[in-house]
Amino acid sequence: MSANPTPNPAQSRSSATQKPRSLFSADHRTIGRQYLLLALVAVAVGTVLSLLMRLHLTWPDRVLPFHGPILPEDYLALVTFHGTLMVFFVLTTAPQNGFGNLILPSQIGARGMAFPRLNCASFWLTTLSMMVLLSATFAPGGGPISGWTAYPPLSAVASAGPGQGMGMDLWLASLTLFSLATTMASVNTLTTVVRMRCDGMTWNRLPLTVWGWFTAALLSLLAFSVLLAALVLLFCDRHAGTSFFVPMGDVVNGVLQDAKHGSGNGSPLLWLHLFWFFGHPEVYIAILPGMGLTSMVLANFARRRIFNYNLMIATTLLIGFLGILVWGHHMFVAGLNPFAGTAFSISTMAIAIPSSAKVLSWLATIWRSRPEYRTAMLFALGFVSLFVTGGLTGPILAQPILDQYLHNTFFVVAHFHLIMAMAGAFGLFSATYYWFPQITATAARPGRLMSEGLGRVHFWGTILGAYATFLPMHITGLEGEPRHYAQLTGIPGQAGHLMAKPMLMQTHITYGAIFLVLAQIPFLVNLVWSFRNGRLAGENPWAATTMEWKPGLFLADLADETSPEETISVYRGPCDYRDGNNPATFHPQWVSESVAE
Amino acid sequence: MTFASISGLSLSPQLSPGWFLPMDASSHGPALDRHLLLNLWIAGGLLALVHLVLLVGLLARRKGLGKRSARAAEILPLGFLVLLFVGLTVQAEILWAAARYTGPDPAALQVEVTGMQFAWYFRYPGEDARFGRTEPKLVAPAEGNPVGLDRGDEAGRDDLVAAELVLPEGRPVDLRLRAVDVIHGFAVPEMRLKQNAVPGQTIHLHFTPTVAGTYAILCTQLCGSGHYRMQANLRVVSPDDFEKWLASKRSGAAQ
Repeated sequence: MSANPTPNPAQSRSSATQKPRSLFSADHRTIGRQYLLLALVAVAVGTVLSLLMRLHLTWPDRVLPFHGPILPEDYLALVTFHGTLMVFFVLTTAPQNGFGNLILPSQIGARGMAFPRLNCASFWLTTLSMMVLLSATFAPGGGPISGWTAYPPLSAVASAGPGQGMGMDLWLASLTLFSLATTMASVNTLTTVVRMRCDGMTWNRLPLTVWGWFTAALLSLLAFSVLLAALVLLFCDRHAGTSFFVPMGDVVNGVLQDAKHGSGNGSPLLWLHLFWFFGHPEVYIAILPGMGLTSMVLANFARRRIFNYNLMIATTLLIGFLGILVWGHHMFVAGLNPFAGTAFSISTMAIAIPSSAKVLSWLATIWRSRPEYRTAMLFALGFVSLFVTGGLTGPILAQPILDQYLHNTFFVVAHFHLIMAMAGAFGLFSATYYWFPQITATAARPGRLMSEGLGRVHFWGTILGAYATFLPMHITGLEGEPRHYAQLTGIPGQAGHLMAKPMLMQTHITYGAIFLVLAQIPFLVNLVWSFRNGRLAGENPWAATTMEWKPGLFLADLADETSPEETISVYRGPCDYRDGNNPATFHPQWVSESVAE
Repeated sequence: MTFASISGLSLSPQLSPGWFLPMDASSHGPALDRHLLLNLWIAGGLLALVHLVLLVGLLARRKGLGKRSARAAEILPLGFLVLLFVGLTVQAEILWAAARYTGPDPAALQVEVTGMQFAWYFRYPGEDARFGRTEPKLVAPAEGNPVGLDRGDEAGRDDLVAAELVLPEGRPVDLRLRAVDVIHGFAVPEMRLKQNAVPGQTIHLHFTPTVAGTYAILCTQLCGSGHYRMQANLRVVSPDDFEKWLASKRSGAAQ
């Protein structure tokens, strides 16, 4: 496996920017790896922050080394950083831009993304955005305390709390950069899928992963442009004397805010509408690529066609479409007209139907298939389990009368951590084990596989840890325990009694979280070890049908001089496994006749 | 512990209905709880069913899927789920409409709830049943005027402001929620109530407390560094005790 990495100017858009090893490379695989590395840093930081939150809730008197006691504002800054890092820099960045860049062009038979330089700019803007976010820790007053949702006036008035001055400004700056970067990246993804599919790659032959990335990019384009607008408006409220979100007569800390905001009479609810118009599609942006991957991995290891493929495409689009109509379910108790509650409740319940159809298709795909339990498959099965467990509480929270009790309790924390964070992470883990050969292969070195033994330990530790941590949160939520509380003990009055009851369960949750974090050690060891010493993957190690495993494609898109301009063609849809007695028979997309192993 | 937590969600409602829920002390609460438990049962049942199908499907001998079973695998369960979700939605909206679509009983007790960093204040309109005017610039908790009452307004002369919410048992209440500075979340778990108080808006919320006792009022919308300690007590008392309490507050205010 040796190839000349010198780019061919005739094939690449620019020989200078296509160099895969340069820091500012425009090579889609390099950018994909850079995004994944950035997300790995973000997830490591975000996880440590969540562990600090758990430890503080359980042992509030412990002092943090090099810091001192965790004050209430420190706790809320942890909440803000944890949420922002995980939602934006992990769950948006890694599946959509990390694996999207690494895999999407190959899967559609393209030699790269449509706009390589724009791609490079998106990545570095994202990196800058994360640096700006982390710098908010050092702002006077500390990091912002208003959570990742940043409801005004708390986020609009600097004196509303520590961290709401420069810390909040840096948060706004960071998310503004992130919105720009993500909008650029989504334009790139959409253009690539629409314009650069190879010969024969019709829309219904696109792998479901590509459908996931495509739909998520459509949502990104809509959602992040609205978030960008909202961020600019909030910035103007803070510094330009406008009052989009600050009402007349707002008194913060004994100071009337009217003088600072002119004579306008803004509405905090406007922010909620704009934010959640972005925020709900955002959770689908995070999970749609994982849903696509799960479908493909289940089919691959079950050696089956995906059950009802066209319906899977339709449900992906339908989930995306309904995803932009449900933002009001975050606002049942926010002060909307109660009729709006009913409307958003119905649109939200409707989204359960295409989601259920997906689960049924997954179950049918693996039904009596005797699959091969490679680690990628285990995590895909774990995705199904967590998606179902987290998803089933969705329709409960979608009923406004029940949300009137459950809103902002730990029940909600359990719901979105299972369906978005854990299922999302399982999608990423499955992708990492499945595509590790693609992550590690360069022109100079062959792709490698991750260790299956360590992978199994990682899977079982993680799924046990995930359930041990997040299932009990349903109970503490049902007991009425609210989220975002900097401490759960030592609260005066009747609230103290209410809060004391779930404390034992809270301690258990903290032990679960510690276990869950420790279960990631085998993964990190596996990453480092397998990168150098993993078993050589060879060509198409999973006997997969999609184009990223086409022999020679990898070298061809490195613009190797020795591989002439070859037309890439596709002859069939993906997952063409013979569904019968001989599971070894399969038809890759790139082969015109059948191949038996 | 872990196993108990996992199984607890689906098994426990039957063993002891709603052991995890706090006491229910409002008139709309029992219907809400029944609907919540029904939902939890359904979710728990579907959770178990899906995992059972998953396990059986993984363990059973390999076999191809026939055309007929394919249809059964998707259309029938999906149709069943559509009916289930429609049923739950209709029932939920009936309850939601009963709680929120209509205004309060005309005879409801009027109380204004004001949230500010990090306390709740409760204002009773007094004998004239009219709330006096408030002005943002008069808000001064340190000077004993947390809600910004305009002392010059006749209607406000007999207004009472308290740091606890005291309500008579069995009488409908109409709360008007306000926030002085940032968004707060008015929540009373035992009353199965939650509604944000938003600066610039007055939001009505009505209910009827049915069981005497002392309950926690929480803030459930992140409102700043003291969010976790923003709480008050709700005391539900007999109508006689309520009148006595009002009288004592009135004489306290007169002095």
